[in-house]
Amino acid sequence: MKFDNLESKTVVIPTDNIDTDQIIPARYLKAISKDGLGDGLFRDWRFNADGTPKPDFPMNKPEAKGAQILVSGDNFGCGSSREHAPWALTQVGFRAVISTSFADIFRGNAIKNGLLPVIVPPDAHLELLKSPGAVVKIDLAKQTVTLPGGRAVEFPIDGFSKHCLLEGVDELGYMLQQQTAIAAFETSHPSSLRVA
Amino acid sequence: MSVRTIVEKIWDNHVVTQQPGAPALLYIDLHLVHEVTSPQAFSTLRERGLKVRRPDLTVATMDHSTPTYSRTLPVLDPAGAAQLEQMEKNCTDFGIRLYNRVSDKQGIVHVIGPEQGLTQPGMTITCGDSHTATHGAVGALAFGIGTSQVGHVLATQCLLQTPSKTYAIQVDGTLKKGVAAKDIILAVIARIGIGGGTGCVFEYVGSTIRGLSMEERMTICNMSIEGGARAGLVAPDDTTFQYLSGREFAPKGAAWDAAVTRWKQLPTDEGAEYAKHLRLDAGELEPMVTFGTNPGMGIPISGAIPDPSSVSDPMAKSDLLKALKYMDLEPGKPLAGHPINVVFVGSCTNSRISDLRAAASVIKGRKVNPKVRMLVVPGSQQVKKQAEAEGLDKIFREAGADFREAGCSMCLAMNGDQLEPGEYSVSTSNRNFEGRQGKGGRTLLASPLTAAASAVTGVVTDVRTLL
Repeated sequence: MKFDNLESKTVVIPTDNIDTDQIIPARYLKAISKDGLGDGLFRDWRFNADGTPKPDFPMNKPEAKGAQILVSGDNFGCGSSREHAPWALTQVGFRAVISTSFADIFRGNAIKNGLLPVIVPPDAHLELLKSPGAVVKIDLAKQTVTLPGGRAVEFPIDGFSKHCLLEGVDELGYMLQQQTAIAAFETSHPSSLRVA
Repeated sequence: MSVRTIVEKIWDNHVVTQQPGAPALLYIDLHLVHEVTSPQAFSTLRERGLKVRRPDLTVATMDHSTPTYSRTLPVLDPAGAAQLEQMEKNCTDFGIRLYNRVSDKQGIVHVIGPEQGLTQPGMTITCGDSHTATHGAVGALAFGIGTSQVGHVLATQCLLQTPSKTYAIQVDGTLKKGVAAKDIILAVIARIGIGGGTGCVFEYVGSTIRGLSMEERMTICNMSIEGGARAGLVAPDDTTFQYLSGREFAPKGAAWDAAVTRWKQLPTDEGAEYAKHLRLDAGELEPMVTFGTNPGMGIPISGAIPDPSSVSDPMAKSDLLKALKYMDLEPGKPLAGHPINVVFVGSCTNSRISDLRAAASVIKGRKVNPKVRMLVVPGSQQVKKQAEAEGLDKIFREAGADFREAGCSMCLAMNGDQLEPGEYSVSTSNRNFEGRQGKGGRTLLASPLTAAASAVTGVVTDVRTLL
């Protein structure tokens, strides 16, 4: 999935270590497709037991409507490897998450689904945490985030992920092109395991 | 060749190709599959007309959505039933060996891999599950992956990957009575925090680790992800070789001898450098228990629940307040003595025969407190069979505990085994996130010894008072 530029309001969930069980609880993982996972996003933080929205949760506030950027605390997406987390985030319209750090597996899963993980320095992060609903610009080619006050800060991303996002390169397609090399490796490194 | 860590050696042995500007294409020796994170990957294969490249290096089991009340009765939850049916269909269509509900090899994916000798030293292993690092206990580089990557491995037997740094977790000294492998890893995570190992692979080293059994090493490697590391391992040694010898899929005869010679080359070279290094004295450890809503929020059993007023960082302070509010616990108070409702002995962390033996050793001759519901869920059918052969099932049942069929069960509450809102559990699993064991449930992570002791008394208990 492609990503180049984004200009959007932010939703701020100012909590560190938001784990994937909060992003989407395990009871939503019984799906055999990707459909309808958005309903499970932050389910127990976002909704009461009777299904009514919790008014205090940032995503439920009027200024959050239409926001495509989520700002969170440190170490976003820790815990389980469930790709249902980025599927649920993108299904409700998020296209980027800004934090000071991301858990490794979540970060990889997000990129594969066109959800950009943006790592910003602590001072920029603080500014974003203080201004929910403010408009932020993200330019992936330049690797910059323009903060609400107009200051642009750079963010890191590895060259391959950047290329895949900008060009919409499908990683599986890229890997399938390497089949000759894979076959050669299998010949030179035979496995003793036979389980099928 | 320059000196290398075991992680670097395994990495170097598996690089298929490294194109400029791209991550390495890393060959995967074993791919383990379960029902929850694979259906959408098989859909991708169908949509694109692809086959599974190496069904002979792929093994599937049913564990997460799998009921533990029976192996043969129908699955009551229609969504769970549909997921298990889909797993059967996918494995049939793509020619993958599946240990289904009625198989006597069925069990938690991270229990059956080592148990059957599928996981071997020096291998690269993937599974769509963050606790895949468990297999690192045999000296393998084992990564948890997302569903897109499950599709990548099914179709190409490879993973696009950049190298990780190696983080040495060194534990020396002798554990005190009542202190278990689980307490070591909970202490490590409490020390470095749940993001401490991000970007790293843990190598567990030191005299204490060397002295641990394979199952104890599995408990430690299992929770590497709880410290932020995608993988964690222990270099293979005689303990490893003795454990693997004779297991179903382990090499036999001359192939075994050749494999052992190869495996002996794997340990980290003298003088190889680690990116990070943590040292822990095993002799100073106490049984650990978590009080909060992530596995890093752990304290020694004699300790007090931390006070947010003593935390200076505003975000850390508000997170601690939030955790204590959810857990309904008072700062400054001890956790020992706090009433509990449920005890869960199980999960890929602590459901092996040695875990069941440890819990049974405390339960034997005692009763589960009438206020407590205790659930013992073996990690595999083989573990269950062994437990029954040793009479452990009788010890648990006579004490008033429920002894179940194999599966993930209340670790993540996908199969109907769950806490009620507000309940406290002492659990031998790996995560205490909000709602992890059921919406509104409160999880205190601990060792099988601590869990069993707490089941007897009905409150969080220092097992050393019962030994």
